[in-house]
Amino acid sequence: MKKLMMGNEAIARGAYEAGVTVAAGYPGTPSTEILENLKNYEGIQAQWSPNEKVAMEVAAGASFAGARTLVTMKHVGVNVAADPLFTLAYTGVNGGLVFVSADDPAMYSSQNEQDNRGYGLFAKVPVLEPANSQEALDFTRAAFELSEQFDAPVMLRITTRLAHSQTMVEAGDPQRVPLKDYVKNPAKYIMLPGNAIQRHAIIEKKMEDLAEYAENCPFNRIEWADQKIGVIVSGIAYEYVKQTAPEVSILKLGMVHPLPRKLIESFAQQVDRLIVIEELEPVIETQIKSWGIQAEGKNLFSRLGEYSPEGIAYVLTGKPYAKGYAIAEKIPGRPPMLCPGCPHRGVFVTLRKLKMHVCGDIGCYTLGALSPLEAMDACVCMGASIGMAVGMEKARGKEFAKKTVAIIGDSTFVHSGITGLINAVYNQAASTVILLDNGTTAMTGHQDHPATGVTLMGDPTAHLDFEALLPALGVEHVRVVDPLDMDELEKVIKEETERPETSVIITKRPCVLTKQYEKTPYRLHIDPESCKGCKLCIKVGCTGVSFDEEKKKARFNSGCVSCGVCEQVCRFDAVKRVEE
Amino acid sequence: MEKNVKNILIVGVGGQGTLLTSRILADVVVDMGYEATVSEIHGMAQRGGSVVTQVRYGEKVESPIIERGEADIILAFEKIEAARYLDFIKPDGMVIVNQARIDPLPVLSGKVKYPDDITDQIEQCIPNTIRIDATKVAEQCGNLKVANVVIVGTLAAAIGLPAEKVEAAVRRRVPPKALELNLKAFAEGMQLI
Repeated sequence: MKKLMMGNEAIARGAYEAGVTVAAGYPGTPSTEILENLKNYEGIQAQWSPNEKVAMEVAAGASFAGARTLVTMKHVGVNVAADPLFTLAYTGVNGGLVFVSADDPAMYSSQNEQDNRGYGLFAKVPVLEPANSQEALDFTRAAFELSEQFDAPVMLRITTRLAHSQTMVEAGDPQRVPLKDYVKNPAKYIMLPGNAIQRHAIIEKKMEDLAEYAENCPFNRIEWADQKIGVIVSGIAYEYVKQTAPEVSILKLGMVHPLPRKLIESFAQQVDRLIVIEELEPVIETQIKSWGIQAEGKNLFSRLGEYSPEGIAYVLTGKPYAKGYAIAEKIPGRPPMLCPGCPHRGVFVTLRKLKMHVCGDIGCYTLGALSPLEAMDACVCMGASIGMAVGMEKARGKEFAKKTVAIIGDSTFVHSGITGLINAVYNQAASTVILLDNGTTAMTGHQDHPATGVTLMGDPTAHLDFEALLPALGVEHVRVVDPLDMDELEKVIKEETERPETSVIITKRPCVLTKQYEKTPYRLHIDPESCKGCKLCIKVGCTGVSFDEEKKKARFNSGCVSCGVCEQVCRFDAVKRVEE
Repeated sequence: MEKNVKNILIVGVGGQGTLLTSRILADVVVDMGYEATVSEIHGMAQRGGSVVTQVRYGEKVESPIIERGEADIILAFEKIEAARYLDFIKPDGMVIVNQARIDPLPVLSGKVKYPDDITDQIEQCIPNTIRIDATKVAEQCGNLKVANVVIVGTLAAAIGLPAEKVEAAVRRRVPPKALELNLKAFAEGMQLI
């Protein structure tokens, strides 16, 4: 029976049906739900690894040892995992190895919108791209066969729209796949130059074989209709073409690398006008034009963001955009923001007060960059904060360092902040690092990590102890403070930034959305006599408190959890406690 | 080719429970024998930001995304969110607006004004605009958190979903100890239209 499944659920199901026994990844929107679903199937050992590189290496080992293995990550995670990936393409696999690259056109929750189909060409790995949840399941299953048949890691490239859309799926039966024999094979698995030289030749031949396979791959198919327009399309955009322009002929590519040249040439010859529809980069268009085929693509469609049904309809059928309704008044924007009670708020309010240069990092706390906190100067990628702070100091000197901090969450620190910190100590930087320890990977939906003491499978495990780790890295000055005790926090930040050595301040308090969070035993209210309407409390940027324009006083909203940040910034003692 | 597709856009603020509503709706229409799709946004936008879920169902559905100007219903959990996505609605579509006001940061900090009489303004564009106060009803039921299931009730009445199928879906989606409360919220929501 058909049922609704999210793309990510369908990938998990496909991996289970394919007989996967080992899976690894690092949480990242829009990939996170794959492992969260996969772990529930019988016979699967799924794990969160500290970062995507480690996850890919775990997969390499599992594959070499004969198991079918899935690795999941968001698009930028593939950058982290690129080192093992490029050489895994050389070694090839034993048990099938499939990695999911979850791209994020339109950047719903990302720092860039790189098109990871490019990795197919660069790393020399075959790439499959499903267009709906049924294909997500079927392609995942087939990807393991392909991986073993061609001795290659296979990329399953998805986008946010596919990952988080539910469409109808007919699930299949799980396969029983015995472990492949483990055979020591240095020429294949030890990439010393002498061996790698041999493997490079093999991989070039392999790509030719895969291109030949692509010609008859069941996932590449032509759907003939009117031949005035022929569209080459893959991924979710295929569904928009079916939705809005059923009259055009379609070459639907499920395998987007390597491309089926003969199939494309034949399709091109039979249509009057050839249009390539691909979100982001002209990966397909550039290749087919290099073969001398006349095609349109990025002259009609943007490289930016994700496509829409109406945008595709406009180009293919000339249907004008709907005029649309709108109220006359301007609608206020609603940017995402730190939750009421978020422990990070105390840190950003303090950093803003101290006018610090803040090198930021990736997580909920990146929202500290937004108005009215605006307490961040730079944010690039996972783990970058500490390196950037060191660089700023080297460029502008020790005095500048005294007004600079790096700020990084616990999960991000484990992901790739530790090496940055080692670098700071080693290179005698005066950097002050604020480690925001809220005990979870909050932004992606509260996943465990090595410092929480629980695995993805829910088992208790050793927990990484930051206070023990930091001295071992050579950090002599480690302070632990409650981020909602803002006087103490301010004092500690001032002391530590004055130091000529590297120091770390751990701000420790659980995320307000986790079960570890403890409710305050009192409620806050505004004493209207004392409130002068100065709006200092409004400037902490919290939906728990707002300003009554008529009475010219602050007031608390239902979302307030009495965390006390606004209480501490009030100069008139107008925020009072009522015991509950 | 798509056939007899209904397009429902569910909008609100991260944390209001729009995802549960869309999933219950999808469960029901699948149970009724339709093809369905649901498109959601997770991640950063969920942190108090504007969230939108699209549900499409019919005899044949190709894509999970609603074409702008083709939504049959906008189901809004919050007033300005209804206005924000108004360009999705068909001229003869229906807009259901929960009369909740959640001030976004620019309003909270006094940089922008929260528009007055938004629902009136929406009604001037789309005559078939219905106001509900799910928050008040949820409060009367005993818990503000069931406002989303109150809204499910109103939607079910608006599009003619069979009550017993919705109740079955609610049963599958909510924890047993909260079931009675949710079923009550659903029943009350059905009465709002």
